[in-house]
Amino acid sequence: MEEPLLSVRGLTKHFKPAGFSRGSVVRALEDVSFNVPRGKVVGLVGESGSGKTTIGRSVLRLIEPTSGEVRFNGTDLTKLSAAEMRRQRKSMQYIFQDPFASLSPRMTIGQILTEGLEIQRAGTRQERTQRAKAALAAVDLPADAFDRYAHEFSGGQRQRIGIARALALEPQLIVADEPVSALDVSIQAQIVNLLRDLQIRLGLTMLFISHDLAVVEYICDTVIVLYLGRIMEIASSEALYADPRHPYTRALLSAIPSPDPAKSRTRQILKGDIPSPANPPSGCVFRTRCPHAAEQCARVVPPLEEVSPGHFKACIRHDVSG
Amino acid sequence: MHATPILDISGLKMVFRIGGREVAAVQDLNLTIAPGETLALVGESGSGKSVTSLSVMGLLPRGVGQVAEGSILFRGKAGQAQDLTKLDTEGMRQIRGNDIAMVFQEPMTSLNPVYTIGEQIAEPMRIHLGRSHKDAAAAAIKLLADVGIPDPERRAKQYPHELSGGMRQRATIAMALACDPVLLIADEPTTALDVTIQAQILDLLQKLQAERGMAVLFVTHNLGVVAEIANRVAVMYAGRVVETGTVADVFARPRHPYTIGLMRSVPKLGEATELKRKGIPLPTIAGSVPSLVQLPQGCSFAPRCPFAIDACRADVPSLYETGNGQKSRCIRWQEI
Repeated sequence: MEEPLLSVRGLTKHFKPAGFSRGSVVRALEDVSFNVPRGKVVGLVGESGSGKTTIGRSVLRLIEPTSGEVRFNGTDLTKLSAAEMRRQRKSMQYIFQDPFASLSPRMTIGQILTEGLEIQRAGTRQERTQRAKAALAAVDLPADAFDRYAHEFSGGQRQRIGIARALALEPQLIVADEPVSALDVSIQAQIVNLLRDLQIRLGLTMLFISHDLAVVEYICDTVIVLYLGRIMEIASSEALYADPRHPYTRALLSAIPSPDPAKSRTRQILKGDIPSPANPPSGCVFRTRCPHAAEQCARVVPPLEEVSPGHFKACIRHDVSG
Repeated sequence: MHATPILDISGLKMVFRIGGREVAAVQDLNLTIAPGETLALVGESGSGKSVTSLSVMGLLPRGVGQVAEGSILFRGKAGQAQDLTKLDTEGMRQIRGNDIAMVFQEPMTSLNPVYTIGEQIAEPMRIHLGRSHKDAAAAAIKLLADVGIPDPERRAKQYPHELSGGMRQRATIAMALACDPVLLIADEPTTALDVTIQAQILDLLQKLQAERGMAVLFVTHNLGVVAEIANRVAVMYAGRVVETGTVADVFARPRHPYTIGLMRSVPKLGEATELKRKGIPLPTIAGSVPSLVQLPQGCSFAPRCPFAIDACRADVPSLYETGNGQKSRCIRWQEI
């Protein structure tokens, strides 16, 4: 089997309370392992506090993981020095959620697009300009955008600029963190199509973070469902939507309001709140809201088990979760 | 719905003064809501949906946004209709929080961080209904129980920061219900919430409405939420209603190209896999929402519309009756 581009093993991140405050440790990620094969899109889905953004940031070491390995092309990134990490980052780029906050208002689009190339000392000034212009063309923006400022563009266009900035470095891996969540519905589909098109055309490998399960279905090959910092289920997107195995995945899919009033509303409504990651439940973290929770669930952390080829779930209630 | 409406907005035009220029954020607006009915106002950024809800509440900053034309007739608890656009500050204050209450997107902006949850729910009952401190405090605890907050006695003594996002939104709903309003305006009340919590809040709102028979004006950008919660829907685009009708009719047979485009561009769960396999891109609406400062000539949607012809760019289309109370602001509604 070909080595995956990205391989995450036992990734754990605990945030310590700041300063002298007496709060408890926030367990944002607990023992997360998964692979991102070359040329594939892996989706990370989950609600607030599920750890999806923490994974994205840990992979690029924008935050330092507490323990675990992040192997990129076989190199464990967590062991690298800052200078070595900077060299690796050329091959990994991040697309942010908020296209209004992620572009400097004082720089021209050209400066924004060439900055990364300058930091990486890639090519001559002329070559850098050329690559930036090619990236603009790739995201369907006019060439004259190069000399304009971010405020002259709409939300959807700014997100295209954010994508162009990531593409300019010709990265091997793109981490896209809720790239369409801040956009209007009619613009979301345009950006999703652009990302899908670029992914296929350029053979990009992508970690796609989103809370929108319908968008994830369209763009991802594999989906990882997270809850309170742990993986609940991993499956191909076909299998996950047709045959969700984990009670949480089923509840999550059932909670999404369907834009079809004729559809029968047999919604399963989960009771209670998402627990605090500062004080997660013992055993299975989902058990406090799970309709099938048994006594055992409080005692053991359910291991991620393969239920059919490529389909994993972390639930010991095989009798109800299939 | 043939009952006398409790809210009747007619010919409303809301104007903002920006840099010496007048910009119409909402125009030609006609809407009615019957008692006990839920009307959803759906649209994207800049469509005018929030301006509409804020103008009903009289919450637009004076001197910035104002009513240029039209009326907002409201029939409150007292029974007779009054025009909200003609009321002074004091008159509006009597209605707000009493006859009409509002729930916003972000619960933290409507909760005061330095008062307990119980005090904030009790306050409108003391002000509008003249109830004693003790009486209102007891009623607040009952309301917290009604909105599904466990251990309401303890929660009433807590401050907003001690509650989760979902609990805070339940608390703002309790606050809105305190004076038993006849109209509840909910402006994106579930947008900031996680999807499993959103399901809980939608369920709660439906239950409370059935129990109390209040009317709801529900502002949202989410078509799934509209399908779940509303009886009727008004789709807004660039400050105007472009289509309106019952939810069943509009979702089954949309008669405006914008509504059709909007519905198609929302990827449907379980259908995307098929599109992906066939290599079909998600349907989109070309271009972007026009700026209110320079609306296109004629139909505002024409530059993005796949059905647009020259006639569309001549005049703003009127709302055509397409049957069963459904209306479309499109001159080609019969052909699409």
